[in-house]
Amino acid sequence: MNETSGVSKFIENVKSLADSVTGSIFRGGKPDTDKARASVVYNNFFMHIQSVKTHVNTLRPSYTLGLGLIVFFLFAFVFTSGIFLMVYYNPSIENAFRSVKNINHVVFAGKVIRNVHKWTGEGMIVFLFLHMARVFFTGSYKSGREFNWLVGIVLLILTFMLNLSGYLLPWDQLSYWAMVIVSNIMMSPKELTDSLGITKFLDVGTMTTDFVFAGLTPGKEALNRVYLFHVMLFPIAISIFVGIHFWRIRKDGGMTRPEEFTPKDSDKSYAPMSDKVGGIFPTHKTYGLMELATGKTRAVDRDVENTVMSWPNLLIAELAVLMFTLAFALIYSYYVDAPLKEMANPLIPENPAKAPWYFLGLQELLSYSAFMGGVGLPTAALIGLALIPYLDREQDKVGVWFTNKMGKRIALESFIISIICIIGMLVFAIKFGWLRSWFPDIPQLVITIVNPGSIWVAFMILWSLFTIKRTGSTRMGAMALFVMFLVSYVILTYFATEMRGPNWGFYWSKSQWPIH
Amino acid sequence: MSSEVHDKDGNVSRRDFLTLSAVGAAAVTGMGILAGVFRYAKSDARYEDSKVFKIGKPENFPVGTVRKLDDKKVFIFSDDAGIYAISSVCTHLGCVVFEMEEGFQCPCHGSKYNKIGKVVAGPAPRGLPWFEVTQDVDGSLVVDASREVPAGTKNIFS
Repeated sequence: MNETSGVSKFIENVKSLADSVTGSIFRGGKPDTDKARASVVYNNFFMHIQSVKTHVNTLRPSYTLGLGLIVFFLFAFVFTSGIFLMVYYNPSIENAFRSVKNINHVVFAGKVIRNVHKWTGEGMIVFLFLHMARVFFTGSYKSGREFNWLVGIVLLILTFMLNLSGYLLPWDQLSYWAMVIVSNIMMSPKELTDSLGITKFLDVGTMTTDFVFAGLTPGKEALNRVYLFHVMLFPIAISIFVGIHFWRIRKDGGMTRPEEFTPKDSDKSYAPMSDKVGGIFPTHKTYGLMELATGKTRAVDRDVENTVMSWPNLLIAELAVLMFTLAFALIYSYYVDAPLKEMANPLIPENPAKAPWYFLGLQELLSYSAFMGGVGLPTAALIGLALIPYLDREQDKVGVWFTNKMGKRIALESFIISIICIIGMLVFAIKFGWLRSWFPDIPQLVITIVNPGSIWVAFMILWSLFTIKRTGSTRMGAMALFVMFLVSYVILTYFATEMRGPNWGFYWSKSQWPIH
Repeated sequence: MSSEVHDKDGNVSRRDFLTLSAVGAAAVTGMGILAGVFRYAKSDARYEDSKVFKIGKPENFPVGTVRKLDDKKVFIFSDDAGIYAISSVCTHLGCVVFEMEEGFQCPCHGSKYNKIGKVVAGPAPRGLPWFEVTQDVDGSLVVDASREVPAGTKNIFS
């Protein structure tokens, strides 16, 4: 070995530097064979969460509608824009409002970043509900995916918490009075414990409020703590549960799909089927004893036909969803500003004082009974949602929208009935009042238990049981319940947003609000 | 489980005893940590105003006075039967009520109270609390918002 060859070797290495670095990162080389395309996916940290091959049904836009992915991307945008906001935001009651005002009016691009943060955060809620509806109506909570539905419910709760904690941070009139309402909702188990006379021994309300707000009235420490929850606890928890959620999708055998599946001509436009026979994944797989012995492996005994390489088919679809989501978020945030009212003033309540819109349906129920609307019914709804996959265990027609013809009919029927009943209930409560207007001395416990909200929930449960009896199918009962839940959430939210004015009175529109 | 941990003489085997002790110790430790976390989060000092405050001499409140102390969230009334203090915080969700001819009204969810703070309409679970009013040695009146008194308790001070 002499000196010149050492130097020339070094020069060669310098020349091929770009290639060797790239090659060390992407070990499979250029993805122009199926083998290399596979290795792109499973050799890459970010991509190995996806399978090497993807079923065509998963790629059909009309099946998933990309909704779960949209929520995930929105979370990514919230996360990123949140870091930008943290540069200027200061969580103290003296400076919180000023720093948000600063972000809104002085900081370069601050307003757009705050808008993106606000709208993508609230967009998560909208798309989470849509995603949940898609999963429900295609029966995708079945056949081994029960636990992932539960993880999804946890993510729904965490997303609500993330949004709510963020709502309180600007310390303007909106946030302050929303915070007051929230602290009182957390105190509302007192309504029940008081009526039962056990507040002395078990004061759940005070304990919770103390834990979250470090006191019973929102102030210095409450803001600090809510900030901690918003920027640390909830994002970390969501990231962990999103990880579990994605991991379970793979472990549960990918997205659901109908038993009988035939590719259509239109599928070719987004998923070119390989006409190669054989390759590294021949149609007839062989299985080791171990794979067969571990039980419910979904892929065993199924051939891998109707799948295409994830690279590039799935990735192109994902990128398209990303770009649409980003474009929509940016355009919306450019034109629509996040609200910022005057600085919080504990002496002058907003009239009407409204919670964030996604809780307004609950606030409408709250106006009948604080405990039922704020704690009792939401808990019942969440438990009901969580139990759906365990109470409806019919395993046929998984992966088919609305299961069958009867499913479509039940969904439509429940849709119409719930719209009529809930509007009827609201009209009744506004026109005739409720128990206390008729019997002024009625005990609080009676109102806590018997109010329009609880009667409506009882009706939903009974109707669902009736549907099960009528159709002989638990899936149809779940369908009726879920449709009614969605309809009531939407109608109550709309009603409380648009038709409740000062003193929580009824008004057809905001223009009729009296000047006060 | 109980059938497994007993051997044929009905005694717990050494192995099972140790396992159960370990599980028990882990459970106790876990609950201890949880209790500690909650106790830690319960703030001992509060940045809130004192619940007990002076409102001035009785002669500042001649018969017929209705005064709303905004920052203390309390109404002070004075009539023939004496001086009394009623909270201005709605018992439903904590909004501040305002006074009307027939009593009080909450702007948030439409709860209404009569003149003595009793609920007459709306979702409020309880009436507005009445607070204890006493007189300090220097002659000024003291309201203690942490002590409730029965509605209708009025005291004449001189």
